[in-house]
Amino acid sequence: MKTESNIDIRAKEIEKLKKYKYGFTTDIESIRAPKGLNEEVIRFISKIKKEPKWMLDFRLKAFERFKQLKEPNWQKPKYPKIDYQDLYYYSAPKSMDDKPKSLDELDPKLLETYKKLGIPLQEQARLNGIAVDAVFDSVSVATTFKGELTKQGIIFCSMSEAIQKHPELVQKYLGSVIPITDHFFATLNSAVFTDGSFVYIPKNTRCPMELSTYFRINASETGQFERTLIIADKGSYVSYLEGCTAPMRDENQLHAANVELIALDDAEIKYSTVQNWYPGDKDGKGGIYNFVTKRGLCKGKNSKISWTQVETGSAITWKYPSCILKGDNSIGEFYSIAITNNHQKADTGTKMIHLGKNTKSKIISKGISAGFSDMMYRGLVDISPKADNARNFTQCDSLLMGNKCGAHTIPYIKNKNLQSNIEHEATTSKISDEQLYYCNQRGLNQEEAVSLIVNGFCKEVLQQLPMEFAVEAQKLVAISLEGSVG
Amino acid sequence: MLKIEDLKASIDNKDILKGLNLEIKAGEVHAIMGPNGSGKSTLSNVLSGKKGYEISGKVTFEEKNLLNLEVEERAHKGIFLAFQYPLEIPGVNTNIFLKTSLNAIKKSRGEKELDAIEFLKLVKQKALDLKFDEKILSRQLNVGFSGGEKKKNEILQMSILNPKLSILDETDSGLDIDALKIVSEGVNALRNKKSSFLIITHYQRILDYIKPDFVHVLINGKIVKSGGSELAQELEKKGYEKFN
Repeated sequence: MKTESNIDIRAKEIEKLKKYKYGFTTDIESIRAPKGLNEEVIRFISKIKKEPKWMLDFRLKAFERFKQLKEPNWQKPKYPKIDYQDLYYYSAPKSMDDKPKSLDELDPKLLETYKKLGIPLQEQARLNGIAVDAVFDSVSVATTFKGELTKQGIIFCSMSEAIQKHPELVQKYLGSVIPITDHFFATLNSAVFTDGSFVYIPKNTRCPMELSTYFRINASETGQFERTLIIADKGSYVSYLEGCTAPMRDENQLHAANVELIALDDAEIKYSTVQNWYPGDKDGKGGIYNFVTKRGLCKGKNSKISWTQVETGSAITWKYPSCILKGDNSIGEFYSIAITNNHQKADTGTKMIHLGKNTKSKIISKGISAGFSDMMYRGLVDISPKADNARNFTQCDSLLMGNKCGAHTIPYIKNKNLQSNIEHEATTSKISDEQLYYCNQRGLNQEEAVSLIVNGFCKEVLQQLPMEFAVEAQKLVAISLEGSVG
Repeated sequence: MLKIEDLKASIDNKDILKGLNLEIKAGEVHAIMGPNGSGKSTLSNVLSGKKGYEISGKVTFEEKNLLNLEVEERAHKGIFLAFQYPLEIPGVNTNIFLKTSLNAIKKSRGEKELDAIEFLKLVKQKALDLKFDEKILSRQLNVGFSGGEKKKNEILQMSILNPKLSILDETDSGLDIDALKIVSEGVNALRNKKSSFLIITHYQRILDYIKPDFVHVLINGKIVKSGGSELAQELEKKGYEKFN
């Protein structure tokens, strides 16, 4: 007399809930570059964006380099060969052709899309007190709160606009952390990047609100190659958050972004990501390939960069947000929750490169795998001969749900300085049936129990998120794991 | 309150309970004593709804069929199991766990949930009543707790959730005499006309502190003898041997 029937009913309900709620497409007319990757396409992108010659040269130089590079294959999650000639490298809503001057002129369909995603670009955004830059496929469609930020000398705009209006800053810093020769995907991005966000915080300024970019892939067969550049001048502070979603499609879509952060003397950048790209269906069909290069340079003394990421989406996540701790006494932090369910795969972690004296880094990584998924933490702590008194603390915890998933931890440690101090802790645990039974006996149903246990496991990282997003992230964590036990 | 008729349970084709009958009325304290492997823990698992058993027979709780309910639904109805081996849940604060649990039960009954301040007030009072160290509450659930602390934590949870039927599965095992006294006082403080207890134990020791109304001897999946509290003393002297 087993009570299977109740479980079946519940499983069905969960299935309904688990449906990716951002999976809709917006039917909007778009302009695309011709399919394929060649010099013509790169010139097309540069031309349509009315870029100066130096920008085109930057792209072409990257493309020359790209032609000599081989796609890497050392990562754990393998994927079928991508035909780079079978992709569109530029897609923009047609209505953006003559760029609207204000939100009121924006195509109502776009406003509706962002509203559905819970990112109201109009009035509501003002109430939330968060400045948003919305990137739709290849272009930035709206940036809110511009006026208020401008008063303090803060620049928050799309990358395209920054190239036009602030060429001296862009020219100085673009590619200074991720050089165009860096690696296959980063170089590809340098050649074909379309848009993204640009932030500059002037000296001794504390950015008064959260800055946020919302990335949305809409068009099919399109890669998204956005580029973000954040510069925090001496003594400044900024907290920045990015969110991502995409429609449900049977094909795999490539997302290869580059994010560069630069913190000068005594500056601090807090960069948070809530990544919820379409993960593919439960059999592993479709989903986003999230191959992103994120790197921060603590250029000045006493500077600080912290990465916080909640990664729940994408078919494959392959990225290592890193910190180069060049300035003396600079600090790098990496807080990560990565969740894989069904057939999702992740190979993610961080790199902390200690160059300056008294530099400190902290890595807290929480990996959760469920279903048939596979999760890899890969991290590098590199302490150079000059980095006297450098310190690193690393903690990697993995949580397994069920017995068909995998969790792996590969920490690389290179230490060339005897005065440094490196600590590494790692645990692997499993949500046991006994733990669930215990929670059930205390009145919690299966989902409440899983959510409680998982949130306890991730707490240290969730606490790092800006408050407005912490609750959202907590819910997202619970939703991504619904139906994974029981 | 609880009525068990001809209850049989097996796991992996191994028969463990072989036709058990028991009735517990409101306000009564029953003790079940038995040697290792007699089916004591299986009984508490089956009553609380743990998966994996093949079950036949009839169990009603407040005149309603209990066996078709999920574990949490039974908890909502007021069944509490003090675990023999309470589970550790890293990262989850004991306070938060208790509050989530209490509010889940309140919610299921359509009662108003407690906010953080109301809850803290309640939990502090209960901890004080039971002479428990408040510090336990801000630690991760059962993580690094001593055996005694884990058992005390079970009794604290019991007192906060205020169940109708509490099943204590070998709560006395592994307790030193001081901890045993505190745990027993905790149980005695909760005794009233409405709440019932089923105390499962190897030893008569705990029954010196919690005086049962009835004692049952469980051997080989069946209750072979029932009596008053004097039966426990007889068992202690003569052992289970003579009932085999």
